Formats: sequence, structure tokens, C-alpha cells
Amino acid sequence: MRKALIEFRNVSFRYSEDEPWVLKNMSFTIYENEFVAIIGHNGSGKSTVAKLVNGLLFPQEGEIFIDGVPLNEETIWDIRRDIGMVFQNPDNQFVGATVQDDVAFGMENRGFPREEMVKRIGETLAAVHMLDYRLTEPHRLSGGQKQRVAIASVLAISPKVLILDEATAMLDPKGRKEIMETVAELSEQQGLSLITITHDLSEVVKVERVIVLNQGEIWAEASPREIFSKRDELREIGLDVPFVAILAEELKRAGIKLSKEPLNHEELLEELWILHSRT
Amino acid sequence: MDITFKNVTYIYQKNSPFEHKALEDLSFHIPSGSFVAIIGHTGSGKSTLIQHLNGLTAPTEGEVQIGEFKLTNEEKPKNMKELRSRVGVVFQYPEHQLFEETVARDIAFGPENFGVAPEEIKKRTKEVLRQVRLSEELLDRSPFELSGGQKRRVAIAGVLALKPEVLVLDEPTAGLDPRGQREIMDMFYELHQQEGLTTVLVTHSMEDALKYADRILILNKGKKYMEGAPEEVFTQREALQSVQLDVPEIVQFLSAFEEKIGVKMPFHNQTIEELALEIRKIIKGVEET
Amino acid sequence: MNNSLIIGQYVPGDSLIHRLDPRTKITIIFFFVFIVFFANNVPSYATLILFSVFAMILSKVPVRFILKGLTPVWFLIIFTFILHLFVTKEGQVVFEIGAMTFYSGGIIQGFAISIRFFLLILVTSLLTLTTTPIEITDGIEDMLEPLKKIKFPVHELALMMSISLRFIPTLMQETDKISKAQASRGVDFRTGPLKERVKAVVPLLVPLFISAFKRAEELAMAMEARGYQGGENRTKLRELKITKLDAISYFIFILVVAILFATRTYG
Repeated sequence: MRKALIEFRNVSFRYSEDEPWVLKNMSFTIYENEFVAIIGHNGSGKSTVAKLVNGLLFPQEGEIFIDGVPLNEETIWDIRRDIGMVFQNPDNQFVGATVQDDVAFGMENRGFPREEMVKRIGETLAAVHMLDYRLTEPHRLSGGQKQRVAIASVLAISPKVLILDEATAMLDPKGRKEIMETVAELSEQQGLSLITITHDLSEVVKVERVIVLNQGEIWAEASPREIFSKRDELREIGLDVPFVAILAEELKRAGIKLSKEPLNHEELLEELWILHSRT
Repeated sequence: MDITFKNVTYIYQKNSPFEHKALEDLSFHIPSGSFVAIIGHTGSGKSTLIQHLNGLTAPTEGEVQIGEFKLTNEEKPKNMKELRSRVGVVFQYPEHQLFEETVARDIAFGPENFGVAPEEIKKRTKEVLRQVRLSEELLDRSPFELSGGQKRRVAIAGVLALKPEVLVLDEPTAGLDPRGQREIMDMFYELHQQEGLTTVLVTHSMEDALKYADRILILNKGKKYMEGAPEEVFTQREALQSVQLDVPEIVQFLSAFEEKIGVKMPFHNQTIEELALEIRKIIKGVEET
Repeated sequence: MNNSLIIGQYVPGDSLIHRLDPRTKITIIFFFVFIVFFANNVPSYATLILFSVFAMILSKVPVRFILKGLTPVWFLIIFTFILHLFVTKEGQVVFEIGAMTFYSGGIIQGFAISIRFFLLILVTSLLTLTTTPIEITDGIEDMLEPLKKIKFPVHELALMMSISLRFIPTLMQETDKISKAQASRGVDFRTGPLKERVKAVVPLLVPLFISAFKRAEELAMAMEARGYQGGENRTKLRELKITKLDAISYFIFILVVAILFATRTYG
């Protein structure tokens, strides 16, 4: 059994008393070294979850535990050290005057010695392939590059979990790909849990587990493969079904039996190839 | 209105150390009533191109013709306002341009500037609200109280209220969730057909380009890289990939299918349903022999 | 288009002047501004001019950039010169035009004042031309350090300044974007009566303010998420270092001051 890293116990949240609940009695657990996606349409409460995890917001009801420690005003600064967050807008989270200043910002806040900062700046910028841009100013970077710097900034303080809160939503396809590749690389490293919050189902193929939110509640919690098979339901809650899943559905309807729900082109083609060569 | 670019070059900050060619010797023609998708990377010159369509910028060299309006380096149309009232531009994240106290006033802002009569504005407001699928109850609300998706629709309504003949859309679905994206694009497509608009869509989404456009223009580093019908452009996978652009997923699948199974399946803008039937034919066809 | 923005007047380079510690530059300029007013004869002025021109050459900043910085004040320099011509009635009469009499004292004083102005602007613009705004901020923060004892928020002020600097290009792009969007909705920023043009600014300013607030809010949240809790117990990546170069500069400057006070006329 893996160790629980983030635990929501019956969490409810609303912005004020006369507003509707954004999250309703939500419970879930995310484990150490796990790669999880939280998906849902805009307004489903997915970004609120992220803000609750590192104490930018506090729930009215229920409890949140991070690595076994209850999240409250006293524990919040220690907990934030364990939780790295990358937000949606690349511009509005870039604090430093240059790339290396931005990576240093979190370390400066935590009183890292200078030599350590220099070392970690090199390591983390290399990890996101931005080492050549060390001294570049933010307005000379593309959105995707800024988000990679944001990831490096977070990695520099060696958090236990990295949360990407719609970090690709404002990027072009190239930037999106850069981030997805970076995240996939990171997910293979040890000692880091990853949570990606998105409304794009094509970004969840590589994750171990998907938590689908709808109207502030957990609608489903399953592997990507199981989620992909719920096509009509997904459409109903405002999500898009990937091409492969639609094609698989149409093939079934046309009388072609697939042994499992394909996640990508390769898996589907493999099945078709077997069917084709068998005859 | 027809749109014609003739050898258009646009240079930013000419004769300075930062001189930069945003467009280079660009020529193309958009017939009246067509739906064109312009595709290219960030920095390929798409934004600069759009700004030529309603005279926000004039070419450094060459000539832009929009209907009867002509734009060159020396010559700008005297009735620039009329050009701007006939070419509506929905910029990226258009909700950032909202500023009035009520939704009604923000929608009326454009038409007022162009001297449309108050009665007519009222009529248009109702009409555009219906087109963007917002309730009339919102008219007296502040646009800033609305949800992100609603704000975007109000901003779009403000452009539609100009009753433009040409509609320019700069990534109109950026930042929306899948349902919002689909609704907005379907809405523009419906308008395009009903009102007989000429629509220019700047997008990163090959899927949208394939689904809605009848012509595709691909820009790379300020130059025209490809132009043609979707079936012509999107079947040139290698040429697109060499400028780091993807092809629509269905085309990717078809070429992967050919590689793996060894049977060629041409792309002819088929639906996924049709594709499934074609696949069955190939597999079953073998079964029968 | 993104690459064309220069913040302030900074001209990138790696000259000796560029490499000086910002505190050295600020200190020397601070005292230079004072001693300029002690020069009162040809040798003392010559010393100052020599020092400034020497610094200018060392900085390797193209002369046209420096002259560009002077353009807004040319008028002021010429004006004070002329003023002195008319007002100062000392020394011998040099020439007369109609009822106007010009004295040698006036011409000399006019020259002296103009040279002072010129030197002040030359030297201060040398600071902004060779030092990035962020370095200046770091320098000022460090020099104001003692004020922390009386609870003056030195660190917060410096951070605010550096963040503002960082957002200038972003906000400039945003201004351009919104003004284009509004122009497309028929706003005319360029022509028309003044009253209309003032009114045209509202659709630009309101969205800009809203967006600036939103950015500030998100930025504050991002900073908090990254552990920002004010200046206490914070370390810094940017490090100011006094090198041999700074020592030499101070030495040269002290020499200049000594020569100035030795050559100026007393009494």
C-alpha cells in the first residue's frame, strides 16, 4: 500500500455564505509518486481543489491532510514547501527579472544559501530544457517557455507533489506539447507526485488515475481506459471525447470487436492489425 | 467582400536596430462568402495579417484590397470608419475589451461610435444576444459579474452588433473548455452561413480548420507556406511537419494505418463513422477471400 | 515585436563602466552632483569635463545614445545661457546691440552654468545607460539597508520596483492590444476635438486597470504559493560585489575631487 500524500476528507467549500457550494462533501486520496489527472469543465471546481491543497483557500467543512499533517494556518508554510504549483497564466506567475531570478525566487523565500541556489538553478533549468535561457528576460520568452521556467522554479525547492493547474490552457499546440513532454519526463522520476488539472482529455492518456469532477462533486475516479469508455456520459458533462475513443465506438457499432478500450493510435492499430492478419 | 493581398510586406520599426519583417511578399485572395482558416505558429505573422484587414496597419510594401477599400503605404481609405464597421474583428480573449457598466451599453458601444441610430441599436442588441445565446435578462447586469464564458459572448455580441460583412476571428475559443469551444465555433459557423459572411479564422486547431473552413492558408515566418482546400493542404503531412505543424488527427491515423496494415486509405474529409465503415471493409474484405 | 522593447535607456554591454557595482556608480554620481557646483575656473571645469568624457569613452556607449538623452534638456541649457547673458551685469562690456548691453561676466557665467548642466546630465545618463533598472534597484536596496532599523520597508519597496519593471513590457503589449480592439469598435484615438479624444481614453483605461488588478491578484497568489512571506530570513541570488575595479574607480574619483579643490579659486 502506498503512502497517502494528499487526503481530502468530506471537504466542502464556497466563496461566501450567500453563494452556492463550489465543492460538495469531497473525499479522495492521492498517493506518493502517483500521477493523477483531475478533469472537469470550467466551473466544475477543479481549480478550487488546487487552491485548497496548498492553503490559498480554506474549506468551510471537512479536513485536508498533507503527508499526514492537517492543513491549517499553523502548518501552511511548511506544507507549501512540499507542494509546488504551476498556474494557468504564464505571465502572472513570473516574478523574476530574468529566468534565473525567477527560479531563485522560491529558494530565496526559504532562505537557501546562494551556492545551493546556483546549483539548483542549473539542475532544474536543465530538467526543463531551458538552461540556455538563464539570463533571458520574460518578455522574450514564449508562453511554453515561461511555463517551463515556472515548473523549474517549483522543482527547485524539491516539493513532494507538483500541481499543474491548467498550465497548458493558454498555450499554443507547440507550447502544450513542450509542457506535456516535460511533465511526462518528470513523472518517471522518483519521489515526485504529479497532479495535472485540465479539461483536455487528450492530456490524461499517460496518467495512472483520473478524477473527473462535475458540479463540485467527484463524478468518476478510474483509469484513463475506463474513463475513455464512458463517451456519452463525458459529453454530457461538457468534456470532449478523444478521436481514438470515438473511432473505437464507431468500429464496435460497425461490428468490429476490440479486446480492450484503446488509449491511442498505436493500441488501436495493433488490434486492427491482429484482426487483419488473422483472416 | 473580397479580400486580396498583393505582394504585401510589413516591417516593424523600419530603420531601427529592431527592424523585423512580420509579413513578406504575401499574396492571396479570399473570395466573398468563403470561410478561411489561417494557420501558423506564434510569430508567423497571423496577428499582423489580421490588423491589415480593417486598416489598423497598412502594408509597408504591396497592396491590400478589401471590397472597395484599398490600403497601401501611401494611400489609406478616407472612410476608415466605414471599413471598420464592415469588417468586424473578434480579438483573442475579446472579454478583455469590456469596459461599460452594463452589458447593453457595451454591446451598443461599437454601433454608437459608427453612428447607428438608437432604435436600430436596440433592435440589433436583441438580435445579437439571441445569436450568441445569452438571455436578455443580462442586459442590465455589469459585464464583470458574469462568468468567463458569458463575458466572451458579450464581447462577441459587441462585434456582431456592427453587422459586419467580414468577420475576423483571432483564436476565438482560446481558454474555453471543450463544450464552450464547440458552442462558440458552431455559433460562428451558423452565422457565417445564415448571414453570408466572409469569415477569416485564425486558429491553432487543425480540427477546427478541417471542420469549418473551405480554404486554408498556412503562414510560416511571415510568408505564405501553403494555400488550398482542406483536403489538399492536410494531405501534405510531411510538408506541414517540416514547419512543425500537425495534421488533423484523422489524417495522422490514416497514414499510421497505411504504415501498420499496409493498405492505403485516402483522406477525403470522411467522418469518423465513414472511416469505421471503410476500416471494416478492409478487414472484412480480407475475411471473405 | 517582443524583442524591440528596451526598458529605460539601458544599452547592453560589458565595458568597465557596465561592470562596476551599481552602488559604486550611484555613490560617485551622488558626490559628482555636489562637486560640480564647486568648479569655478578653467582648470577645475577641465578636470570635471575630462573625468566625464573619460567615463563616457570607457562605457563604450555610442555617442548618439548619450546625445539622445540630452535632447530634452538642450532647450533648458540654451535658455539658462541666454538668461545669464541678459541678467548678469558684471565684468566688461563685450558688445552692444541696440539698447542691450552684454557683459563678459554674463557670457562666462552662462557658459559655466551650461557646462554644469551638461555634465550633470551626461553623468547621470551614463548610470542609466550602463546599469539595468534591476541593478539600480538592488544597489538602492542595499544602500538603504540601514533604514530597516527604523522599520522602513526597504525590501518590499525594492521588490515592488523590480516587479513593476518586469511588468512594463507586458502592460505595454496589453495597451497596444486593447487600443487596437477598441479602434476596431470605432474608437478614434488620433483625431477629433480634444474632448472626444479624452473620452476615447476611457475604453482603454478601464480594461487596462481591470487586467492590471487581475494580474496583481494572480501574481500575489503565485508568490504566496512559492513561499513568499516578506523580507525576513530571505536570502538573495543577486549578489553585489565590490571588486578591484570599484576600488580603482573610487581612487580616481577622489583624485578628481582633490584636483578640483586644489585648482579652484578661493576667496
